[in-house]
Amino acid sequence: MEKRDLTCIGCPMGCQITVELEDGEVISVKGNTCAIGDKYARNEVTHPERTVTTTAVIEGGDKPRVSVKTAGNIPKDKIFDAMKEIDSTIAKAPVHIGDVIVKDVAGTGVDVVATREIAAV
Amino acid sequence: MIYDIIIIGAGVSGSAVAREVSRYDVSACVLEKCEDVCEGTSKANSAIVHAGFDADEGSLMAKLNVEGNEMMDQLSKDLDIPFKRNGSLVVCIHKEELDGLKTLYDRGVKNGVKGLKILTKEEALEMEPNLSDDVEGALFAPTGGIVCPFELNIAMAENANMNGVDFRFNTEVEDIKKGEDGLWHIRTNNGEYVSRVVVNAAGVYADRIHNMVSEDKMHIIERRGDYLLLDKEVGGFVSHTVFQQPTKYGKGVLVTPTVHGNVLVGPTAIDLEDKEGNNTTAEGLGEVTAKANESVKNLPLRNVITSFAGLRAHLERHEFVIEEVKDAPDFIDVAGIESPGLSASPAIGKMVGDMLKDKMSLKEKSDWIATRKGIKSTEGLSIEEMNALIKENPAYGTIVCRCESITEGEILDAIHRPLGARSLDGVKRRTRAGMGRCQAGFCSPRTMEILNRELGLPYEKITKSGGKSNIILERTKGEVSHS
Amino acid sequence: MKTYDIVIVGGGPAGLAAAVAAKEAGNDSILILERDHELGGILNQCIHNGFGLHTFKEELTGPEYAYRFIKQVLDLGIEYKLNTMVMDIAADKTVTAMNREDGMFQIPAKAVILAMGCRERPRGALNIPGYRPAGIFSAGTAQRLVNIEGYMPGREVVILGSGDIGLIMARRMTLEGAKVKVVAELMPYSGGLKRNIVQCLDDYGIPLKLSHTVVDIEGKDHVTAVTIAEVGPDRKPIPGTEIRYTCDTLLLSCGLIPENELSRSAGVKMSPVTSGPVVNESLETNIPGVFACGNVLHVHDLVDYVSEEAKRAGANAAKFVKEGEVKSGEVIELLATDGARYTVPSTINVDRMDDLLTVRFRVGEVFKNSYVSVFFDDERVMHNKKRIMAPGEMEQVILQKTKLQESKPKKITIKIEKED
Repeated sequence: MEKRDLTCIGCPMGCQITVELEDGEVISVKGNTCAIGDKYARNEVTHPERTVTTTAVIEGGDKPRVSVKTAGNIPKDKIFDAMKEIDSTIAKAPVHIGDVIVKDVAGTGVDVVATREIAAV
Repeated sequence: MIYDIIIIGAGVSGSAVAREVSRYDVSACVLEKCEDVCEGTSKANSAIVHAGFDADEGSLMAKLNVEGNEMMDQLSKDLDIPFKRNGSLVVCIHKEELDGLKTLYDRGVKNGVKGLKILTKEEALEMEPNLSDDVEGALFAPTGGIVCPFELNIAMAENANMNGVDFRFNTEVEDIKKGEDGLWHIRTNNGEYVSRVVVNAAGVYADRIHNMVSEDKMHIIERRGDYLLLDKEVGGFVSHTVFQQPTKYGKGVLVTPTVHGNVLVGPTAIDLEDKEGNNTTAEGLGEVTAKANESVKNLPLRNVITSFAGLRAHLERHEFVIEEVKDAPDFIDVAGIESPGLSASPAIGKMVGDMLKDKMSLKEKSDWIATRKGIKSTEGLSIEEMNALIKENPAYGTIVCRCESITEGEILDAIHRPLGARSLDGVKRRTRAGMGRCQAGFCSPRTMEILNRELGLPYEKITKSGGKSNIILERTKGEVSHS
Repeated sequence: MKTYDIVIVGGGPAGLAAAVAAKEAGNDSILILERDHELGGILNQCIHNGFGLHTFKEELTGPEYAYRFIKQVLDLGIEYKLNTMVMDIAADKTVTAMNREDGMFQIPAKAVILAMGCRERPRGALNIPGYRPAGIFSAGTAQRLVNIEGYMPGREVVILGSGDIGLIMARRMTLEGAKVKVVAELMPYSGGLKRNIVQCLDDYGIPLKLSHTVVDIEGKDHVTAVTIAEVGPDRKPIPGTEIRYTCDTLLLSCGLIPENELSRSAGVKMSPVTSGPVVNESLETNIPGVFACGNVLHVHDLVDYVSEEAKRAGANAAKFVKEGEVKSGEVIELLATDGARYTVPSTINVDRMDDLLTVRFRVGEVFKNSYVSVFFDDERVMHNKKRIMAPGEMEQVILQKTKLQESKPKKITIKIEKED
């Protein structure tokens, strides 16, 4: 049996939750004080996901960087793979909010999109 | 090239000497180990022009203090720098020490200080309502003043440079030898310099420089002083410089307005053996507060905008040493210049200038320029004046430092004038950009942009104050910088 | 120079929302003055997500959230001037501003909306001893350098302060390849959101040391090491608890200060608690026709609340221009006591209030299982249980106009009460 300790992010309470797992299956969730905590803990121990926000190099724009995000959540353990791909990408101005900067980043099926307008100069 | 005179150190003493020397038909050069003038003791002190009652009667300190004080009015006009005779008070807070005020008064009179007056408690409180209620009396010196030490130092150096004195920055003296040619050979990290005469104005390093040429060893003690600087918002807290009486309880700290409207509190006096030990400590800052609270009441400490420490070049004999070194002819020490060094600096410059004139039979130049225009300040200009300025140069329409309302025009002036600014601190000390309550949080990226554009400095090479004080390390994403 | 009815000082989230609302309320003579070279304010450098859940019911990044409002401003044809610094606001609402193209100019406004935002507390104000080398940044300055200009301040980082900007920058610096060694927090609790502690620190194994502060900074030219120490209940360092970290960068995230130099010189009355203007139900200051909203009024936790507040300020400014000063009506005083630190607004004129009025406040410490109580004079009229309240988060109560008209209280008090 495996035990995982988490801090719930559902609200400022920050309940300390302990999850018990057996072969990757959640057996029990303890320490939470509401249903939000239970749901958060189950997701977090089985398939934690994050949205990555960062910048990419852009050429020919009125700024040297364009801010970007993953269009959806990606597995937490893919964050640094995603960063590596984004960091080696050079976007071309102009870009608009929502333009795809990296397609299918780190094989996650999720695109990286621009989050700001960059005009061409 | 062989210089007639080489001055080591571009602090306030070295720059004062350089300006005086520039009157004469000589070749002169100032060697400075830092990247700018005013980088050592001159940049971190009380910014006071002392009246001259502290130093012992007959001492060089007393003489040059009083002379320097008297020269300051004309000098500030010639060099276009702020100077104000705000008057100073030495307050007595222990009844049994009241006699001490009389001692100071008598000494001041003997030193030639004009207008001294001993005040009663009531008179003192009327003059300065935020004095502590424990005040028993005070010595008032109407000739006491305040000056901007950066501007004084920078202006004297600029004026010297305008008049032909060379300045070599980032040039640290490593060794000095008298050659067979009878000239001084100065080895630096930046090549060799040769001169007939050397003036050692190296501040806390003056002993090290002196000891390169003399068997009569000198030892300078670095005496650290911690300070607190308060926001202009509380600039009216005191209008005079408030000293504490030197007593058996210790030396005390001062509380003073600055010429730019802040309030300065300090210093401590902590003896070190570290020429670069200008770090503040919690104990030091605590001592400043505790002592200041003895002479004033309700010091608005929540308005502290920065703290800093400076090192005074203290000699055990506590006297200025301005003389030709006995076993090293043609080598002149300007050493042990601690308080009242800033006040005395114009007189120190004059004294050394006169020594060199006699010694080297120097002839005055006919085209010497005595005046220098400061950076055009936009403070207090009317709308019409501002618009005339902006029309001439649109850069005056862009505010770079929001706290001190410093325009891009002023920063460009600071960069492009003689001995112009090359770092954030260089810009700050010349224009005050970054010296306000946000302490450069807002303007530093903007000032960096201007330094990058105007000097072609890549961002990675822009420093806070030269050396390894780079602001940023590299571009993100491993991208190669294009300056 | 063209004149305008409403001059808005600041083109960040507050100024933009205020402009849109003023326009929607029927005023066509609005000018936004912005000192930066683009609209959007601080949001442009807040490239992380988590904005807009209340306003747009979706999670946006800072630049995206800003652009929603910028687009409205552009579509509505609201005028703005960039690279323009407001130099002075006079008590008669004459606004003096300056830029390269127009020079220095004055606009005699009918209404002024203060939307200047806030700034970070610098090192100097924190009294941290040590050297004063390069490599010390407020977190927001570092954020601008990294996110907008694309420059890295350093590779090994210590952060003082666990407010959200500090936490966000811990993750940002890590993603850009830096090693964040520790986040130290003076208080026994973090000022940041739990979500940020988990996703910015825990995710990357960055330790958070509560009740710790920086006691020494080493490095003559550039930061070479930072020492932190534990603090006691008096927030003074405890000798013997020092830990030294070699690093090249120290980021400070130690609180935000509303930027009210202009308000003060205009004669706007300030609250010593919020460091922002004292306002009434219309978000109007003691100077009739001068309104305040956003972080210049009080530091907010979520930008959504800034937008909501700014819309009210904008609509009220438009109303003021149209109808002039309303002098009728009783003024009720709002007080914050027993753990509640302040309220915005500070007074309510029932005649002028909307049907529902949101009163925002913050608490002074962490409260668990406590009640937010509202008293009309001495009568408790609201008693809402909250599982948790923390100083880092804003709280609110909503007052109904009809209730105030019925009860006619002289004063309203907001208190935090423990379980009975």
